[in-house]
Amino acid sequence: MIEIVASIFLIFGSIFMFLSALGILRFPDVFTRMHAATKAASFGSGLMLISVMLYIGGAGVIISALLTIVFIFMTAPVASHMIGRAAYFRGVRLWDKTVVDELKDRYDIEKHTLSSKKEAR
Amino acid sequence: MSYSLIEYAAFFSMFLIVLSLIITFIRLVLGPSLPDRVVALDLITMLTVGFIIAYIILTREVVYLIVVMVVALIAFLGTVAIARYLEKRVLK
Repeated sequence: MIEIVASIFLIFGSIFMFLSALGILRFPDVFTRMHAATKAASFGSGLMLISVMLYIGGAGVIISALLTIVFIFMTAPVASHMIGRAAYFRGVRLWDKTVVDELKDRYDIEKHTLSSKKEAR
Repeated sequence: MSYSLIEYAAFFSMFLIVLSLIITFIRLVLGPSLPDRVVALDLITMLTVGFIIAYIILTREVVYLIVVMVVALIAFLGTVAIARYLEKRVLK
């Protein structure tokens, strides 16, 4: 019984990882690609680590797998945020169907500062 | 020689992850800008983590969980370092 549940978790985790790879190939923009890669891949690895916890068991395995899940879910948004920030500051083109760009007039490329109001300067 | 259910699941997930590695490598080669390539490298390390987890399920070698943790740590450090480098190069 526990083997069936672990198999289901493993297969769904690998399906999420495959969807993130498909998204990184098919999406039109750096930011949408990053949206696919970070969230789906960290969720898939979390599901696969839950499968390891269920199937093998034991205190040491459960503790180290939980620690790895917490670590991945804490660090993946930070890394993704830093890549997105660097990509926006480098002037990577957004997709031409992008609806809203809230940083459009608020970033000063010479002084490398962000202003909060548009008519401040 | 017959396999159990979870070994078939591990084989299937290994197949999917190798397919995802090939797809991500296409994006790594194609990628029009440098942040695209950084995102693809980050995803490649996450897929490596998934492959090692499927290998743990297949062989019941618990030691490789430490490898998973270290690979995730090094992926985070490398991504943050490359992102800071990209952001500093804008400033000149």
